[in-house]
Amino acid sequence: MAHTGHDATSYAPPAELPEMELAHPKTFIGKYIWSQDAKVIAIQYAITATAIGFVALVLSILIRLQLGFPGTFSFMTPETYLQHVSMHGMIMVIYLLTALFLGGFGNYLIPLMCGARDMVFPYLNMLSYWVYLLAVLVLAASFFVPGGPTGAGWTLYPPQAISPGTPGIDGGIILMLASLALFIIGFTMGGLNYIVTVLQARTRGMTLMRLPLTIWGIFMATVLAMLAFPALLVAALMMLMDLLVGTSFFMPTMMALGEQTGYQDGSPLLFQHLFWFFGHPEVYIVALPAFGIVSDILATHARRNIFGYRMMVWALVAIGGLSFVVWAHHMYVSGMNPYFGFLFATTTLIIAVPTAIKVYNWVLTLWRGNIQLTLPMLFSIAFIFTFINGGLSGLFLGNVTVDVPLADTYFVVGHFHMVMAVAPIMVVFAAIYHWFPKITGRMLHSGMGHVHFWVTFIGTYAIYYPMHYLGFAGVPRRYYAYGETGFIPESVVTLNSAITIAAVVVSLVQILFIYNLVWSTFRGREAGPNPWKATTLEWQTEHTPPRHGNFGKELPVVYRWPYDYSVPGAKDDFIPQNVPPEQVEMLPEGAVGAGR
Amino acid sequence: MTTTLVFLVALLVVFLGWIVRQSINVKPWAAGGLQPSETDHLHPAATAARVGLGVFLAVITSFFMLSISAYNMRMDMSEDWVSLSPPLLLWLNTLVLVAGSFALQRAWNLARAGHAARLMPALLAGGLFTGVFVVGQLIAWWQVHAGGYLLTGNPANSFFYLITALHGLHLLGGLVAWYRVVRRVRRSEHIARIRVSLELCTLYWHFLLLVWFILFGLLLTT
Ligand code: HEM
Ligand SMILES: [Cu+2]
Repeated sequence: MAHTGHDATSYAPPAELPEMELAHPKTFIGKYIWSQDAKVIAIQYAITATAIGFVALVLSILIRLQLGFPGTFSFMTPETYLQHVSMHGMIMVIYLLTALFLGGFGNYLIPLMCGARDMVFPYLNMLSYWVYLLAVLVLAASFFVPGGPTGAGWTLYPPQAISPGTPGIDGGIILMLASLALFIIGFTMGGLNYIVTVLQARTRGMTLMRLPLTIWGIFMATVLAMLAFPALLVAALMMLMDLLVGTSFFMPTMMALGEQTGYQDGSPLLFQHLFWFFGHPEVYIVALPAFGIVSDILATHARRNIFGYRMMVWALVAIGGLSFVVWAHHMYVSGMNPYFGFLFATTTLIIAVPTAIKVYNWVLTLWRGNIQLTLPMLFSIAFIFTFINGGLSGLFLGNVTVDVPLADTYFVVGHFHMVMAVAPIMVVFAAIYHWFPKITGRMLHSGMGHVHFWVTFIGTYAIYYPMHYLGFAGVPRRYYAYGETGFIPESVVTLNSAITIAAVVVSLVQILFIYNLVWSTFRGREAGPNPWKATTLEWQTEHTPPRHGNFGKELPVVYRWPYDYSVPGAKDDFIPQNVPPEQVEMLPEGAVGAGR
Repeated sequence: MTTTLVFLVALLVVFLGWIVRQSINVKPWAAGGLQPSETDHLHPAATAARVGLGVFLAVITSFFMLSISAYNMRMDMSEDWVSLSPPLLLWLNTLVLVAGSFALQRAWNLARAGHAARLMPALLAGGLFTGVFVVGQLIAWWQVHAGGYLLTGNPANSFFYLITALHGLHLLGGLVAWYRVVRRVRRSEHIARIRVSLELCTLYWHFLLLVWFILFGLLLTT
């Protein structure tokens, strides 16, 4: 960005970091394959995550077909059913959502929104992607080994995960654990970049309290991930040792398929503690970037400053901290001291407070805003609805006495899909519709977008809302077929068929979305540099899409927070972060108030 | 999990304090340039490399804390735990690792004083001591094994092998970084660059020495 009035910068402290040296490769391979440019890495992450995510989507359709029309599909055996469920869950949570939010959006947005040329350790960043790709390939390979992928559920509970009789114990589970270890190593490389770039590479004037909430969300999620993923790594290594060399960390003394195993006195509960010590923060690793992104999109498309910015930041931090002390709410039925149950129920309910604050602030941001019903806004509103829904069912489950009958039923499936699958995916879509014009220079097709939105929004409710009722009826999760179960009425079967039909429709419309992405990349309407009239730095770049190095000769200098929308008296209804106060065009005296 | 939680609480308190300091008296909505008194960056001594190392060490701390938590929980959760008395060789290995840290510290001191030409012996000694430590750990494994404490015999044995292996692997990873410093010195690169990478290396070694003290203490007392 060219700055004309430089007097204001004279009292800004000098940039501490010398300008980074960027490697500018000339060849196609150097530019787009072995790239060290965070934006290219972001797109590599996004494409890989989406590709493996589509595998998981197909798996979910196969699962649904079996549940909706049991006995119709001969290729579906109990074993394949469990394998599909397990791979679906693991891929969606880790390899799609975590990778997409942090590796994808994190890489694209952190340098741009902080006003940096690139991540601080570009080489490590590149390596991070390649290790992630390897992790994905190892995971995908497990579909092709003898015995197929693991069927232990995404939670991989021992002893079942590595006992004879569970699908995939010949190879699938080994590849799964190895792939997770690789993912964690690759993620740590990326995570170092995300954290240090936010801390160190912000441009002049970009104080922490002027960071867009998107960056705060991604930053806090990375902090959580860096501290929580080691728990999964420890658990995966110990489980590998139990499986491969016969230690008894997790494996109790037991018989399997009629034979005494060599294991002695191991503790499956230990695994559950380690897993959920990672697992609960993991749900917020997915949720926090979504919180951040949605805040920015709401402010931009409602032309209004975000309500309670600092409260939003503190709430992110509070949720992050609290999410480490609630893990045992996943273990109410695993057997523990009742006082622990009480303790964890309390912490679980406390975490709802900062979460509720965020929801109120989003709603208050919309309140009397100049709401533009653009596609990003529609998806963001859908997020708020869905998230409230899932959060409320979480409060049910957080109470031990309510959870005991509901644990392991479809109520839990409904809860976590609302809150962790649909809500964040809505934000993913919002973010894609919002930033696609910057990434490609073209708008996504709005007609296709609206079809995509309405079918997805209504469709996901048709899928997940009824699941809560299935849960009340006591329908257990992870069952291949219910057969002649006495307490399961005929209506459950009908409902299951209906859910399946909704699921098929929703997945089909995702193909339309992918088609829209491809079509618009080449044919979409030219977007110009700042189609949403947004304030944050990524919209102020010299080129659209931004080139390697992001900004022009000089880095932008930041004079204000990212939420200067509809500032009273100003001529435009937005003031970009890099506009100095004396350059803001004001309305002539007397016209103030007629601005809106 | 108590160990891990104590570590996490400490970390989060520091983090929270920092964020509150950054935000409590700030009006985010106020436009304008920065006053010189306002800090918008960390302390100038906190370079990207150092902050990066700090974050990385936090991740490794979390990793070892969780391993220790697992150790303690497994010990408490069933009756079969039979402690193994660590071989005396571990004391010797500990000394060797201390020597390695000292050697690297000396190399770093020399680099800070600008004596790029004279730091090579100390740097090599640091690597060598580390190599000897790793070999020493392998011999210790062999002694334990020969003493009848098989890997699968008892969870105490399993954990002994596991945590020594994890610690050793982190050192071996460090040797990669160490080798890159050696290459820089051999190529007589600019002393500033040598100093930066040597500093990271040395701090990492001290950190792993501390981790070893804790792990060794755990082995001795349980
Ligand atoms: C106020 C907020 C929340 C509360 C009180 C809450 C509470 C709970 C409880 C008690 C369970 C265990 C249910 C059982 O297994 O019996 C659970 C499961 C789950 N929750 Fe939440 N939750 C909340 C928010 C979230 C969020 C924000 C996410 C993700 C973004 C999430 C994702 C999950 C997942 C994935 C599971 C199921 C894990 C499994 O068993 O496979 N929850 N929740
Ligand atoms: Cu949870």
